[in-house]
Amino acid sequence: MSKLALKVTAVEELTPLVKRFRFEDPTGAPLPVFSGGAHITVEMPDGDTIRRNSYSLISDPYDPSGYEIAVRREDTGRGGSRHMHTAVAEGDTITVSVPANLFQLDLRARKHVLIGGGIGITPFLSQLRQLDRAQQPYELHYAARSRAEAAGIALLPQAAHIHVHISEEGNRMDLGAILDGHPLGTHVYTCGPEGLIAAVADQAARLGWPTSAVHSEAFTAPPPGEPFEVTIASTGQTVAVKADQSLLEALEQAGVEIDYSCRGGACGRCETAVTACDGQIEHNDHWLSADERAAQTKIMPCMSRFTGTRLELDL
Amino acid sequence: MTMQFNDETFRGDYTYRNSPEAIRRFPFPFDRDSYAYSVNIEQHPGGPKGSPFEHMFDVDEHYVAEMRDREITLAEDPLRCQSLPHMELAGWDLLELIMVSKARDYPDLFSLTRAGNDWHWINRPMGIDKRFIFLDAATLPYGPMEYITRQTQGDFALLHERDGNLWMDAGMVTSQADWSLDFDVGMNFFEWHAPVPKARQMGVFDKALKFLLAVGQGQHYRRLNWTMTVNPRLDTSPENYHKWGPEKRTITPENVGHKQFLRVELQTFFRLPRSHALAFPIRCYLASLDDLVTQPKWARRLHRVLRDIDPDLADYKGFAVNRDVIVNHLSQFDDGAPTSPGIFPED
Ligand code: FES
Repeated sequence: MSKLALKVTAVEELTPLVKRFRFEDPTGAPLPVFSGGAHITVEMPDGDTIRRNSYSLISDPYDPSGYEIAVRREDTGRGGSRHMHTAVAEGDTITVSVPANLFQLDLRARKHVLIGGGIGITPFLSQLRQLDRAQQPYELHYAARSRAEAAGIALLPQAAHIHVHISEEGNRMDLGAILDGHPLGTHVYTCGPEGLIAAVADQAARLGWPTSAVHSEAFTAPPPGEPFEVTIASTGQTVAVKADQSLLEALEQAGVEIDYSCRGGACGRCETAVTACDGQIEHNDHWLSADERAAQTKIMPCMSRFTGTRLELDL
Repeated sequence: MTMQFNDETFRGDYTYRNSPEAIRRFPFPFDRDSYAYSVNIEQHPGGPKGSPFEHMFDVDEHYVAEMRDREITLAEDPLRCQSLPHMELAGWDLLELIMVSKARDYPDLFSLTRAGNDWHWINRPMGIDKRFIFLDAATLPYGPMEYITRQTQGDFALLHERDGNLWMDAGMVTSQADWSLDFDVGMNFFEWHAPVPKARQMGVFDKALKFLLAVGQGQHYRRLNWTMTVNPRLDTSPENYHKWGPEKRTITPENVGHKQFLRVELQTFFRLPRSHALAFPIRCYLASLDDLVTQPKWARRLHRVLRDIDPDLADYKGFAVNRDVIVNHLSQFDDGAPTSPGIFPED
């Protein structure tokens, strides 16, 4: 995977929970431009290991002068966002991947409806710049519990087609109304909590939207779980996976080479064959098919975990 | 300009020819003495200096003549270049990729000067000097994909990614091995590969699709494919089968050496940044049996590969009717000696 060593040129507190970071090339060289909805993977040294988290780019996709991300602090998470909030400062050097996109706009659409909840607003911030530039019609709906939590407000332009729904103020998002009455060929995109994604898919189905016009951001952070062990088939080595660590992170820490891109179970890069499995794989990815899951002969180490007595990987 | 461009034709009197240097750098596709369909993907660019793998977009002695041949084909059949409306952005991405790469890799042939979106492009071999505004199609005589691919060797497919599949939603196709853009445009990856025998059952395409979907920005790949063509014809399209199909019947033991060509496709894959589309350039190289047997390793190997190939593949690759003549002809160059691994000729 191609990497970039960038300089942190701005850190801004948007709300007590969310910070915006800007990265630029240390020599001022242009960065690769990207497509709306793209993300980068940020590397964070953590003791003797490197944590890697993926974040949506929120800056203008056609602007090569810098990349911006917004990070919400998750105190119960695996530590990546906490590191960004407490240890990263202006002037630091940071290693990121080149942009990749698992949540792109369908440019065939006659109209785009973007629905974001909480920090799930981030991929839309680059998309709406792309849509403005292409002069494609769209509307954006952003839902948050309270204004204090709605970090996205500071990042959103004020425009008639950008709607903010604050439930504390009695202005809850009404999906039925939002999804009704669009021209044929409209596409809807959702990013946010699982519940919101499911509710939009549900409402769209009820209103007769074709499934190919309903999109959602597939990748999420790896869930923590019970610790477990895996065996590396080629060497016989055993690797212990801690409760707050993903299998991919544990393999990397143990020096086992493994390919990855999204680290969120959506791109397929980390797919690994299972050579022995005595127990149950918890498939948390969005990549393997139902048949592949049931067969338990493949695992996506960036997301999935295991309970049982023996899991051996073809590595 | 350091490079000499051939004055030659790919139709009619077929004056196409390879210089000795062009033969030595020919992308011979067989790395061993047998052939089976495989995905054989490598990183691109990268390869020995002077080889067609060295640069992102190879420019060789056939450049100017190939562009003239494309112009003739397009004048006869404008549907060889199509782009669905949502693919214009991918066209700009492709134009940028090609202009930036060529200006960097061949500074004596091409130059690109950029001030914001004001671009100035010079293509010396074709005598083009053009100022235009990037992302403003009104400032070019054609759409961006058509503009740049009228100046770049090889066919181009631009693939749109959606619903976990790739869709051929734009292309410039005038030097193809018997497939049709007009037929395939709008199709997905599995639909346009449907004619390949045995590959679907083998699961090769499921793997290839997964691979392609995962290709990221800045990671470029290539693979070689091959077929056989009678006469050095670029446009072996289904639309013009009546013109080139009957030529297959003109092969005799006397003329097979100079009329039978090995046709190699250098296929590359690039993820385009703004559109997230995949560019799939397919560059065609032609060498006659006479050209190839000047390299003793290739002569031996080609004989063994064609002699032992699965009859279904010989049929699909379009040379089943002439296989015996070809194999007999090549047998005189095969003394049974072992061949070295890899595709490059021996020194
Ligand atoms: S890294 Fe993308 S699926 Fe695991």
